[in-house]
Amino acid sequence: MNEQVNVIDLNAYFGHIHVLKGINIAIEQKQVTAIIGPSGCGKSTFIRCINRLHEVVPSARLSGEVFLDGKNIYAPDVDPIEIRHRVGMVFQRPNPFPVLSIYDNVAAGLKLNGVRKRGQLDGIVEESLKMAALWDEVKDKLGASGVSLSGGQQQRLCIARALAVKPEIILFDEPCSALDPISTGKIEELIFRLKQDYTIIIVTHNMQQAARVSDRAAFFLLGELIEFDRTEMMFEAPADKRTEDYITGRFG
Amino acid sequence: MKAVYRRRKVVNALMCAVVFLCAFLTLAPLISIFGYVVSKGIASVNFDFFTHLPKPVGEPGGGMGNAIVGSLILVGLSCLWAIPLGIAGGVYLSEFGNSKLGAAVRFTTDVLNGVPSIVIGIFAYTLFVVPMKSFSAVSGGFALGIIMIPTVMRTTEEMLRLVPATLREAAFALGINQFRTTMNIVLKTALPGVLTGILLAIARIAGETAPLLFTAFGNRFWHQGLDQPMAALPLQIFVYAISPFDDWHRQAWAGALVLIAMVFLISIVSRIVIYLRYRSFK
Amino acid sequence: MTSLIYYHQSQRERHMERHFDEELAELKQEILIMGTMVEQAVDRAQEALKNLDAEEAHQIILEDRRIDEMELTLDEKTLRLLALMQPLAVDLRFVAMVMKITTDLERMADLAVDIAQRVIELAGRPLLKPLHDIPRLSLLAQQMIRDALEAFLKEDTEQAKKVILKDSEADQLRNLVQTELIRDFMEKDVSCVSRALPLLLVARHLERICDHATNIAEDVIYMVSAKVVKHRPRTF
Repeated sequence: MNEQVNVIDLNAYFGHIHVLKGINIAIEQKQVTAIIGPSGCGKSTFIRCINRLHEVVPSARLSGEVFLDGKNIYAPDVDPIEIRHRVGMVFQRPNPFPVLSIYDNVAAGLKLNGVRKRGQLDGIVEESLKMAALWDEVKDKLGASGVSLSGGQQQRLCIARALAVKPEIILFDEPCSALDPISTGKIEELIFRLKQDYTIIIVTHNMQQAARVSDRAAFFLLGELIEFDRTEMMFEAPADKRTEDYITGRFG
Repeated sequence: MKAVYRRRKVVNALMCAVVFLCAFLTLAPLISIFGYVVSKGIASVNFDFFTHLPKPVGEPGGGMGNAIVGSLILVGLSCLWAIPLGIAGGVYLSEFGNSKLGAAVRFTTDVLNGVPSIVIGIFAYTLFVVPMKSFSAVSGGFALGIIMIPTVMRTTEEMLRLVPATLREAAFALGINQFRTTMNIVLKTALPGVLTGILLAIARIAGETAPLLFTAFGNRFWHQGLDQPMAALPLQIFVYAISPFDDWHRQAWAGALVLIAMVFLISIVSRIVIYLRYRSFK
Repeated sequence: MTSLIYYHQSQRERHMERHFDEELAELKQEILIMGTMVEQAVDRAQEALKNLDAEEAHQIILEDRRIDEMELTLDEKTLRLLALMQPLAVDLRFVAMVMKITTDLERMADLAVDIAQRVIELAGRPLLKPLHDIPRLSLLAQQMIRDALEAFLKEDTEQAKKVILKDSEADQLRNLVQTELIRDFMEKDVSCVSRALPLLLVARHLERICDHATNIAEDVIYMVSAKVVKHRPRTF
């Protein structure tokens, strides 16, 4: 297996609060890795360290190394912008840009980085919307606002927006927590298909969702990585008592 | 139980009435001022008022055409430099202002907002009029601009802060740099609110008289260049209102009405423009 | 056996952290009740054989219905728990194993019915010989059922391993019965086949019951430790 993301002794802080404690994990290429754990265990912080979004929060610090295809993304000569082009992200609540049209939402990452050729943009916008399984629903109203769509559509728009930049890895931060079961099903189906071309890391509170979509699962507790294994092992026979207590809902 | 419900209903109705009354009382001065100005001024507002220069004392008729144009030019001049500066300052405060310097800037801005406008007039006088040895439109625009800046800056800051952090993060996550994120995403999202701040500032400076006494000074003739004294509606109203002539008093009322109408018009037109621009996004 | 149910009930009073635990405890209790009924059926079949009591044999066959009913209720309950509670990890293994254990218990009851039918076939004529090894095999089968259920109840893998090890004993006993009946009776006197064959089958039924008890023990080990010991060379 090809390890695309290799995290070595990662520690993250908000001010004096130590949110991630010595995380070591290797994430494989073109697989779905689920991050599970109770609220406040550092799941979101962890994935935000992979696209260098942790550092945009004031008072946030971190130490350790994150290797992306063998290169430490926290090396001094690395531009965070470049990392974020390679590692896309979809957030908990759908957050399309409210003043941009559907088209411009998808094109934003390219347009605001200097791609101006209309023909090229048209192609990428269509391709991204198709990949996000949204094209048929919006192809006749590309000029409408992104926020005129339903919640599930907005989230798929956000996925299309992330895909348009052509990343290698996509981070999902609880992408379905604000969606109904039908929309959730569509997003999960999408994640399943996207893993053919992308490495996916998904944070989720929903055990069943983690079980359905992921190949591997990592259990975080109080900022520590407790267990990381094949998903079926995690859900049938976890090795650690704490994982089992969490998964079976016995958490105190 | 029933008695408790009834008491609640009575109290509710009573409080509702009080609140409505208070709302009406606050509106009353505005409505009466407007009504008074309209009733006093409407008779003297005619085509000539907009197109003619003031007539010398004793001659009936004439208008304030030069003052209306002058006011528009002065407001335009101040907008020209104060809006970009104010917005830029607001962006600084909202995006980078969580520092000691930011706090200092914010405090200074609030102090500037409280400086009496006549003091700002004197400042512009010493800075422009004295070295140039002439009253001028430029100095007037400068003084009015200074009055605009704090309002524009603080409303811009507040409006940018209202833009959810998730939008900034979404832009960062797409690999969009901070400048582009701020200009094309954050500022664009907050634009209607920022515009409201600008309109408030314009409404305020359009009626300012004191700083113009030392700077634009007033002029009985049409526009003669930005380095020359320039007429302005508030100045004209001031001069006419304190004169002993009934005809001039009537003209002053008409000037006041036109001034109010102008501010009102600018406000409405900008709001319509914003509405049309953002219609599909609400 | 009923003491096991009392033991279980006393345990139930202690730590119930989730509503779900209560449902699981109830499942456990029903498995125990079903197990007790199966054990009794085997015991009564043995008694009927000893006395060649066709009346009792018919009774056993009739009463098997209750065990079948029990299987249906348990299937329904486990399926409902899977659908509604979506158990995971140890809970998932528990519910899944309950499903399998139910099937094993029902098959055991059917084998007790088979023995009863053999008794009906044998009734009316004297026994071929005094029974010696078959009662031993029957006792072993009952012991294995009891031990397997105790292992299940106490989630005790050591106990389960003991059950599994006893399986070879059952095989030996059956071979003993089989050799004796074939060599000493069937081969010598063809006319006694009709009285020897049912006894041979009884031994086979009892040995099958022991196999099912072994299955239950293996399931208990998977349920507790997530280790698959079925169809593997014995590693313990």
